[in-house]
Amino acid sequence: MSKIYRFTCIVCPLGCYVEAELEGENLKIQGCKCPRGEEWVRSEIFEPKRVLMSVIKVKNGVYPVVSVKTDRPVPKDRISQIMRFLSNLEISAPVKIGQVIVENVLDTGANIVATKDVEKK
Amino acid sequence: MIYDTVVIGGGPAGLAASIKAREEGLNVLLLDEKDYLGGILPQCIHPGFGLHYFKEDLTGPEFAHRLIEKLEDMGVEKRLTATVLDITVEGDKKKVKYVSPEGLESVATKSIIYASGARERHRFELGIVGDRVAGIFTAGEAQTLMDIYGVMPGKEVVIVGSGDVGLIMARRFALEGARVKAVVELMPYPGGLARNIVQCLQDFSIPLYLSHRVLEIRGRKRVEGVKIAKVDDNLESLPGTEFDMPCDTVIISAGLIPRIKLLKKLGVEMDANTGGPMVDENLETSISGIFVAGNALLINDLVDYVVEQGEIAALSAKKYVEGSLQPSRRIRIRAEGNLRFVVPQYVSGKRDVILYGRVKKPQEGAIFKFREIGEERRYPVVKPSEMFKIKLRVERIPSNIRELTLEVK
Ligand SMILES: Cc1cc2nc3c(=O)[nH]c(=O)nc-3n(C[C@H](O)[C@H](O)[C@H](O)COP(=O)(O)OP(=O)(O)OC[C@H]3O[C@@H](n4cnc5c(N)ncnc54)[C@H](O)[C@@H]3O)c2cc1C
Repeated sequence: MSKIYRFTCIVCPLGCYVEAELEGENLKIQGCKCPRGEEWVRSEIFEPKRVLMSVIKVKNGVYPVVSVKTDRPVPKDRISQIMRFLSNLEISAPVKIGQVIVENVLDTGANIVATKDVEKK
Repeated sequence: MIYDTVVIGGGPAGLAASIKAREEGLNVLLLDEKDYLGGILPQCIHPGFGLHYFKEDLTGPEFAHRLIEKLEDMGVEKRLTATVLDITVEGDKKKVKYVSPEGLESVATKSIIYASGARERHRFELGIVGDRVAGIFTAGEAQTLMDIYGVMPGKEVVIVGSGDVGLIMARRFALEGARVKAVVELMPYPGGLARNIVQCLQDFSIPLYLSHRVLEIRGRKRVEGVKIAKVDDNLESLPGTEFDMPCDTVIISAGLIPRIKLLKKLGVEMDANTGGPMVDENLETSISGIFVAGNALLINDLVDYVVEQGEIAALSAKKYVEGSLQPSRRIRIRAEGNLRFVVPQYVSGKRDVILYGRVKKPQEGAIFKFREIGEERRYPVVKPSEMFKIKLRVERIPSNIRELTLEVK
């Protein structure tokens, strides 16, 4: 039994329409115009990942939240767990851009990093 | 005291212009009405910024931070919470009037770089009728609430418009645990990039309603729902297709319009296709010494282009102040066929120029043709969601020409 996947490739703005057929371990990809696209399709099927962004509460800051991101893509199926984890977090000002706020968040191998400064009130 | 240049707006266009102008030795003043610099960047917390300019994939706040750090290092003079109210021109001198918590102030300057960004279209411009209730936001308002101030605008959301801004907001809401019930798009194709359809909608199973229109917003104090209908090829609602969708929040994400009120008041020549002023290759308006960059000039989808325009405007201001700026409103460039606009609208024909443009409709196998000189270029795909850049080489421009038509077919 084979399984058919259909994608719009998101690697570049061309947005190729791709069909992939998975039979056991064997993956046949059609419609990709470049190897980067094929690589992406492979990871979309076997382990889709995304960079995640959100905000985290800040105590005593000039702003009440600081924007953050994961410093590398995390598995798609872990995103909602990570979001829940982040929503319960609160850190104290000052926060510096690039500061690691959570190391290896929920064992995904990715750090949560601040993407802006928030000074102390 | 007279400034060499006053930069109006501290978004990426204004920041890049101020930095470049200072580097070129100009005496610069930067004004912004907000209490922070960066324009809309600090509220765009997703990645996707700076792939061209910094060769890195940064988030909006990170991109802004890099420019702001440079600005501070260079010691550019700036005033925040300073809203510019008026510009007056007296000969080759200009006056900029602004209000800040310290009161009303007026400064004199030789040149102006206008980088005020864009404003968002609101529901009444889309003809959405119904109740005036709480729970209706533009995408930018919702983004500011969530990502600068940490306030969730609502729980059950309908988004009007499928441009990249709308798609990105759909994902932000979904990530924060809201239920995004629909993204509603009038056109038969999505406004945003294919990649954003995948990673913003499909990732979260958010339904996209193409060829649909939100007719009406209903509610007592807060939004309680919207009425949606299908539209035909002429974008008219089809009778009998209306349905109600309950929700507590409506996000209007239906495009940006250059914020050019002050330029209009001055009588600057405008382009109905871009909604911004007509400029030449120096990004100079029809009033000499007033330059425009960023979303005030045309709606850009990439911050990299915005920064590029800021830098061009600064270099032109420097030449203007020195008295060496060559007037270049000589050849009028016109857009035809499947081409919504092209900027700059005038060129001198004396040097290579980068033209920015946007098509009206998605098209495969598009041919770009400069009609009067017969030069052609082919693109495999063009989409309204992606601005294009095209280089016009000076040796291709005949010297006797007064008009040049760029046609997409
Ligand atoms: C939701 C969203 C997502 C985006 N995503 C991306 C992306 O992934 N990648 C990318 O490259 N680009 C993206 N962009 C585009 C990019 O952010 C913009 O092109 C860019 O910010 C425009 O810069 P600007 O300086 O022209 O305007 P703005 O950033 O809007 O700055 C204008 C500034 O002028 C100030 N101002 C206006 N009028 C006055 C006045 N009268 N007096 C004083 N100050 C004034 C305003 O306060 C503001 O700070 C996105 C845009 C949006 C809205």
